Amino acid sequence: MLYALCFLLFAIGLYCAIVKKNMVKIAIGILIMEYAVNLFLIMLGYRAGGVSPVVGPEHSDPLTGNVTASFINSSVDPLPQALVLTAIVISLGSLALIISICIRTYEKYGTFDITEIRRLKG
Amino acid sequence: MSGELKVLPLFVIIPLATAFVLPVVGSFRRAGRSVATVLANVAVAALLVLSVRSLGSSGVYQVGSWSIPLGINMVLDGLSGLLLLTISVVAAAAMVFSIRYMERYTAKPKYLTLFLLMVAGMNGVVLSGDIFNLFVFMEIASIASYALVGFGCEHEELEASFKYMVLGSIGSLFVLFGVALVYGNTGTLNMAYIGQAVKTNGLNPGLSFALALFIVGFGLKAALVPFHAWLPDAHPSAPAPISAMLSGVLIKALGVYALSRVVFNVFGVTVTVGWLLVALGILSMVAGAFLAIGQWDIKRLMAYSSISQIGYVVLGIGLGGLILARGQDTAWASLAILGGLFHLVNHAVYKSLLFLTSGSIEMTTGTRQMRQMGGLAQTMPITRASATVGSAAIVGIPPFSGFWSKLILVIAAVQAHYYWIAAVIVFVSLCTLIMYLKVQRYVFLGELPVELRDKKEAGIAMLLPMVVLACLCLLMGLLVLVPALRNGILEPAVKVLVEGLGYSARIIGILSEGMVI
Repeated sequence: MLYALCFLLFAIGLYCAIVKKNMVKIAIGILIMEYAVNLFLIMLGYRAGGVSPVVGPEHSDPLTGNVTASFINSSVDPLPQALVLTAIVISLGSLALIISICIRTYEKYGTFDITEIRRLKG
Repeated sequence: MSGELKVLPLFVIIPLATAFVLPVVGSFRRAGRSVATVLANVAVAALLVLSVRSLGSSGVYQVGSWSIPLGINMVLDGLSGLLLLTISVVAAAAMVFSIRYMERYTAKPKYLTLFLLMVAGMNGVVLSGDIFNLFVFMEIASIASYALVGFGCEHEELEASFKYMVLGSIGSLFVLFGVALVYGNTGTLNMAYIGQAVKTNGLNPGLSFALALFIVGFGLKAALVPFHAWLPDAHPSAPAPISAMLSGVLIKALGVYALSRVVFNVFGVTVTVGWLLVALGILSMVAGAFLAIGQWDIKRLMAYSSISQIGYVVLGIGLGGLILARGQDTAWASLAILGGLFHLVNHAVYKSLLFLTSGSIEMTTGTRQMRQMGGLAQTMPITRASATVGSAAIVGIPPFSGFWSKLILVIAAVQAHYYWIAAVIVFVSLCTLIMYLKVQRYVFLGELPVELRDKKEAGIAMLLPMVVLACLCLLMGLLVLVPALRNGILEPAVKVLVEGLGYSARIIGILSEGMVI
């Protein structure tokens, strides 16, 4: 159910990016899509009532030195968090670029409306 | 064997490290710019040497000595080796061309930095054995290319860059969503282990949805026809060497390579997906060719022709997958995939050649409109000769490279009893002939306009890459005609796709035999 809501958010972002006429709104639509994917990734690793996946000395078995099964069964999955961090950094980079392109375009055309920015066609 | 594998990270490290050094060096006035140019050329030349040396070898490199599936791995096999060589050859030609061509722009070191970042990203995509890293490298290459398309900062360039960036970002996000779904369903991001999970458990609805997302995402990057809207704006707006890189290798490394790797080696090809690829290929071929014929902007015509040619590549690969999935003769499937991959390499060479000649023409005449040109055969004989060789190759006139790849595709289609596909291939070749005859007629023949009378051919740095690529167009037929070259370069790449889900067993097998680092 929650996953479906994530997908709905993704679809809303896609709709916004495709339908809107304003360049900044299109950028916002892309951001909404990014947030939906990040949220989805985080939810994949989420576990209700889980503990943070940092292994301390109290979590290892004193006899074998291995991590205890109870810790493995209760900790959240750390991998999606690492993925989301990477994805956020990438989206920051592309957001900076897309906004700077919007600003430069506004300087040239004097408008954010993509229906008026139509020198290329065919 | 184990010694060669340490080479793999260098394919990413060399361009990445050089890219970070260049802006520092380039800030020292005029001498700094020359040093930056030399450094960038040395880096690209080093990549060319490395990719030629690693040809024919295969293996796995585990980043930071973490064993998979815990760590990240880089995989070199026949397909990666083929793509690496193609990227290096086109990058070297475009880089030498840029020495002179980019003098008219102000921020040359920044241009070189973005160029190298794009190369680093593409090499990473091709080598990555991990699906999330494939996404990360794809974003490195894409973001660098968005910036390069808008490099001139004029009206059209900014508009094209924005359009490209929006569609490119949407494509990337589809891929990222697919990656998330794959992780949720299989619990791993390593392509070999995902392949293993798919092999044992089959495709559940979540994975099928992920596959659909991947096809849309990589299809957007490859500019297949329903997703092609950005390409005819973006490729002409970029500086000519970048157009050559974008059309020549970027759409292939990020689009076709990633698509075929995911479809064949990770998910395993099915009849539905095979038909889907064939349909996308044919749609791209026909629509791209029809739209190209009506263009009057020389680079825009070539960009539409890229869409049409990428259709051939996807058609060949999809046809091979279709034959495989139906359980028909593997030899035909190999032939179809061989045709597709050979066409990929050919198109990389002749389309970059054509875009470089268009850059040379644009620099001399100051326009891209074919109506304002004419008679350039008199003033620019070498450009004219290279453009004619490139056109002959793309149309498929016998001794040149394009003929052989199209011939293989036709033979494969006929042998598999898809006669109508063979007919479409021949028909689109005729359309290609019309569009390049138009280029010859309006650009090189006819009356020379008065204001272009005293213009001269461009310098040696721009002519050299064009002549080298033109010679390659002539010689590349040898890649299939000489058995030693075919077995050394093309066949290993075909085998990778034909083995399908066997990929995972091979990668895990290499590791268990202890052939790591």
